Amino acid sequence: MENANFLVVEDSPTMRQLISFSLKRFKNAKIIEAVDGVDALKKLSGPDKIDLILTDINMPVMDGLKLVSLVRQNAQLKNIPIIIITTEGAEEDRERGLALGANAYISKPIQSSHLIKTISELLAV
Amino acid sequence: MTEESKAEKFLELFNKGKEFTEELLRENQRLRYRLASLETEQKPAPEEVERLRSQIAQLTEENKRIHERFSAIEEENKDFANRYIEIEEQNNNLANLYVASYQLHSTLDFREVIQIVQEIVINLIGAEAFAILLLDEKTNELKTIASEGEDVMPNIDSISIRLGDGVMGQVARTGESYYINQDIDADSSEISIDKPLAAVPLKIKEHVIGLIAIYKLLQQKDSFSAVDYELFSLLAAHAATAIFSSKLYSQSERKLNTIQSFLDLLTTSS
Repeated sequence: MENANFLVVEDSPTMRQLISFSLKRFKNAKIIEAVDGVDALKKLSGPDKIDLILTDINMPVMDGLKLVSLVRQNAQLKNIPIIIITTEGAEEDRERGLALGANAYISKPIQSSHLIKTISELLAV
Repeated sequence: MTEESKAEKFLELFNKGKEFTEELLRENQRLRYRLASLETEQKPAPEEVERLRSQIAQLTEENKRIHERFSAIEEENKDFANRYIEIEEQNNNLANLYVASYQLHSTLDFREVIQIVQEIVINLIGAEAFAILLLDEKTNELKTIASEGEDVMPNIDSISIRLGDGVMGQVARTGESYYINQDIDADSSEISIDKPLAAVPLKIKEHVIGLIAIYKLLQQKDSFSAVDYELFSLLAAHAATAIFSSKLYSQSERKLNTIQSFLDLLTTSS
């Protein structure tokens, strides 16, 4: 997948940098960062067409689950693949995230190779 | 029909049979000759047989060589695949270490530095309950300055341990990290405020300024991995420097403000 636009939604600068670092494996990837769900929605309505969203769950202002739910209800955005990356590793949390419409659920700490594989599968590259 | 005509008919039939038998014998003879001549034509010469045999041996040998080469390449391929996984893992580890180090030195604000250390411990190591303790050099006591997981480890936010006392006091005194290496689940009952899963001293050279105590890992994490120990080493040095620098910076900022206010006061009153 070349020239993909990724939206990384994370309140932790450390995690944003780590995820962005992994995404640089995709040629000419453009990484757009958002600090919470509200910021993510603003970025989604911006000029860049987002190909994939990577979001945390626990964030201030608007959490990741609410963001997933709103994206899935929006006619223009509903088909964007979403990966949840979170410290919440319980099976019920995973099921809840996937039920809301996330395409994949990754528990922290993340393995870069696992993240790349998941993204590649979702973008079918 | 008369007897004579019957005899003639029989003779005629007999003659036909005789002719047919003779013809069959001739055909048989002809086929035998043909078979014999074909056998002579088809039989390969002994040198041809020898040549073919040597060719077969050569091909068998070549086949064996190719098979051996294939096995060797297959083995090499397996090595490459394993090496690739190793490099991927190292790449992941280096990324973690790079990001942790980059973030730790990205600010001089004390609260932000502490926040970054917490982020590293939660997101990169995968700890659910932990405390960051700093050593008060006047009282020689380690005290919690930040923590997570009050629900799983009560009083984690108000730990106070004298230097040299218990596991953590010893870690702060000796500067040697402490880890429980056994299966974490099996030992969870043994984990207490003064006996964590891991205690990592925050050191500037040999001078310990505090420590990070980890009490519980995230549900999805069974044990510490190789990169966790690398991160602990990095935290031991870099977090200590970052915390110490930011503390000094905050103090100097405060002093500067005081001096500035004092100077302002002097200027105004004169």
